[in-house]
Parts: sequence; structure tokens; C-alpha cells
Amino acid sequence: MTRIPIVDYLVLEPEPHLRAHECTHCGARYFGRRNACASCGGRSFTDTDVATEGEVEAFTIVSFAAPGIPVPFVAAIVDCDGTTVQGNLLEVEPSPEHVHLGMKVRLATASLGEDANGDEGITFGFAPIDQGSAS
Amino acid sequence: MSDDVFILGINMTKFGKHPDKDTTDLGAEAALAALDDGGVTIRDIDVIGAGNLLGGPGGFGQMLQKQIGQTGVPVYNVQNACATGATALRTAIMAIKAGEAQMGLAVGVEKLSGAGLLAGGTAKDDDGTWTPSGRYGAITGTDGRIGTVTMPGTFAQIGMQYLHEHAYSGAEFELFARISQKNHAHSTLNPLATYTEELSLEQIMGDFMVAYPNTRPMCSANCDGAAAAVVVSGEKLRTLSAEQQARAVKVRASVLTSDPWAEGCQVLPDVNTLTRRAAAQAYEAAGVGPEDLDLVELHDCFATAELVHYDNLGLCEPGGAVDFFESGAPYRDGSTPVNVSGGLQSKGHPVSATGIANIWEVCHHLRGEAGPRQIEGARLGLAHVIGLGSACGVHILEAPAAA
Ligand SMILES: [Zn+2]
Repeated sequence: MTRIPIVDYLVLEPEPHLRAHECTHCGARYFGRRNACASCGGRSFTDTDVATEGEVEAFTIVSFAAPGIPVPFVAAIVDCDGTTVQGNLLEVEPSPEHVHLGMKVRLATASLGEDANGDEGITFGFAPIDQGSAS
Repeated sequence: MSDDVFILGINMTKFGKHPDKDTTDLGAEAALAALDDGGVTIRDIDVIGAGNLLGGPGGFGQMLQKQIGQTGVPVYNVQNACATGATALRTAIMAIKAGEAQMGLAVGVEKLSGAGLLAGGTAKDDDGTWTPSGRYGAITGTDGRIGTVTMPGTFAQIGMQYLHEHAYSGAEFELFARISQKNHAHSTLNPLATYTEELSLEQIMGDFMVAYPNTRPMCSANCDGAAAAVVVSGEKLRTLSAEQQARAVKVRASVLTSDPWAEGCQVLPDVNTLTRRAAAQAYEAAGVGPEDLDLVELHDCFATAELVHYDNLGLCEPGGAVDFFESGAPYRDGSTPVNVSGGLQSKGHPVSATGIANIWEVCHHLRGEAGPRQIEGARLGLAHVIGLGSACGVHILEAPAAA
């Protein structure tokens, strides 16, 4: 059985972390493949690891989503030491009483289940640091 | 060098459900009414800017011509997300400024009644295996699994980000709900709005939560609608009747921007920088400042969006959007009335029509024709729209010279 990350910028080994394409000219970071840098037009990129801890700078609690997506869930924008990352908040109650702006979080992973080959899909999100996990 | 451009005629249809009219019917209704309002005919029009997103393939502008007059003039079919209507208008204005046309027609129309969420959605794998594809090598749909890209969720985060940046410590949900309450109160005076009911804070906060902190009445309503405008060069206007000249609204600034790169914009669209740039360019072109505005129609696609645009449009001190709202300034009896039409939350948001409908609202006041919701003595107004992607349109308009 192989573990397959939900996106190619999630790296599972040795410890789960995110990897960005960084423009070698201006340092702008991208999770998706770019033909050229949207910031400076540079055409060469290098892979770089993104900090695995950060601070919630925005969130929403979504209760209306496409079929197959469990609701409610917390979507957040996390500042990981200067790189802005999007992800769900994991291991926290999806209610405004349990989520707040500025909360400290760490990268966490969760299973998406096995596919027909028995391979396991792995997604990522962020879990609170130093707080009681509610789920 | 370039002569001024004026809005000669303008119209918006009733926003709401129009089950008996198709996209072309609605567009034709607005276009013909705008021509009538300007006292001209399709034979006077040198260029057409036509905006529509969801009407299917085929040029909407040409379909419109077949209903209102095939005169052979150039048609520019444009799409620019929620800024499509403003882009159609700006296309006609640019043609006049370039000297290629003396009079232009811009039309925006959308049929959205019954549409659900725009954007979002999650494709399932068909073959039962986790197979990476696309620019992120994703093995499944990422919306809802890696944050959200739906409009309500995106704009919720945009509003929350503003509060975080400015260390707001109050009751965030109630703050945004009160902004929505203001717009719904304004809508009671607008017979063309989809919803014209005043809502209590309890009703707004107790309604279905779409994406915290935006409940359903805090989201723009999907509806059908169209809006159209006839624009004319100053040179041509001077040959028209005194009555036409007395109702012509001067376009003091017409600006369109896209979003410059900013850190983080790949995961949360930056609706701020391009709006700030558009506003700055518009104020400079018009030679006025935000303090000179008598009313503003801004793009409140969600209650959370309205707050950030107070700041982006310079209506308040930098970082002072909450104080601006709390001061009462954006209410219709305040110092800078914002969204006296009821805004998109009550008026509705037929995407491609919105960028012209906002201008119709401003023109209505500048002409002194807004009836019970007239902002008395309005001389200068601003209309703002933004489409994610992104595109931002800002127009500054001036009342006709007093007779
Ligand atoms: Zn670069």
C-alpha cells in the first residue's frame, strides 16, 4: 500500500510538509506549476520547504458545499512564516467559539481513504497548537 | 486632447425572476429603454459593448442586434467576471475616446435565478484510483478539502482577514450583519430590487449560515436582470437638444484594473490592491477626492466585502473601515451614503448587469430622478465593481450642469 498526497506540493516523507516552487530571481513562492513568475517574469524556479507552523489570518466556516464534501468545515488562510497557505482546520470544532483569528496552528494530515488499488489518499490541514482538541 | 464622454441614456430592468424572458429579451428590454431614455435610436449607435457570462456560446451582442437593429456596427462581446458590465461600458467609452465612435451602447445581462453556488464543486475520480492531474497534481477535487474557493467562503475570509490585520476585538458576526441590515433597510426604497424587505438583526443573524460570518441575506442574491447605457462624446452631445444635454451625466473617470501580484494571492484572491489602484487612478483622473463624493455604489457581493471596500476606495482613513461604519457615514443620511440602492445583498447580482446597474443608480441620483430614495443635491458619485480573477471597474460620475 502506497500513501498518495492529495496534491503534489504535499510531501509526506520524512515528516509531512508543503513544498513550494520558489522564483530564483525574486523569491515569490507558488504551489502550482508556473510558466513564468507572476511577480517578476523570471523563468527559473527551485523547490523550497514551507514552515509547518503558522498563524490563522482568516477563516470561514462553510456549511454549504458541493455534494460529497462534509459540512460544516473550517477553511482557513494560514501565514506560515511569510508564506500564505490555504487549508482546512483539523482537530477543532467547526464553530466560532473554537476558532479565532491569530490562533497558532501546525500542519496535520488526514486520510482520504483507499482507492481501488488499496493505495491511501492523504490530505493536509492545520491543527491547533497548545489547545484542547475537541474532536 | 480627448473630449469628455457623457452618459446620455441609461436603464436597468427590474431585478428578480423573469421566467418568461430569455437572456436576449432582457438585454433588449434594457437596451431599448436606454436608447429611449437618451432620445436616440439604434441607428445613432456607432459601437456596441455586450456583456454576458452564462447565456451559452454565441455572441450575445449579435443576438441582441437581431432583436433591436442590425446596423453593421462593430460589436465587442466581453467577459470579465463580475466586472463584465463595467468592461462593456468601458469598451464603448474607449471607442469614443479613441475617436472611432461618437455614440456607443453598452449592455450587460444575466439570467441566474435558481443558480446555486457559483464556482466550487468537486469532481470525483471516475476510475476509482487516486491519480494526480492538473497544475497541482491533485488526486481529487480540492474545494472543501484544502480550504474553500467558493464565493461565500472566499469573501468571508477576505472580511475576516481585514479584521485580523487591524486587530479588531469586537463581535465580528454582528458587525457584518449590521452592514447587511443597513443595505436591506436601504432596499425598501428601491422598487427594482429583488428583495425590498427591511430585516432585523435577529432575522439576518438567525438565517441559514452559508459561510461564517455570512448568512444567506448577507450574500448577494442570484437573480435575472439587465442594464444598458448609451454613451456619447461631448462633441456630439453639443449637437443634441437642450433637453438631452440637461440630463447627460459626465463620466469624470472610467478605470479598469486587474490584480497585480501579491504574496498570498494564489490562495486567497487579493481584491484590495486592484481596487485601491483603480480608485487612486479614478480620483486622479477626475481631479476629486473621496470626500467630494455624494454617494457610492460599491460591490457588496457579501457583507464582508463591503467593509474592506470602504477602506479600498479611500472612504475612510487607512484601517478605519469599522470606525467609518460605526460612525453612521455609509447610511443614506450619513456623510458618504453607500449602496442606497440596497446593494447586491438586496438588489440582487445578475453578474454581467451589475457593473452598469450600479452606474444607473448613481446617474438616477445625479439627475435628481431617484424619487423617494433621492440623495438630495447629489453632484458627484462613484460606482465600483469587482470580479474575481480579478478585474475592478471604477467610474466617477458628475451631475448635469444646473439648467
Ligand atoms: Zn519572480
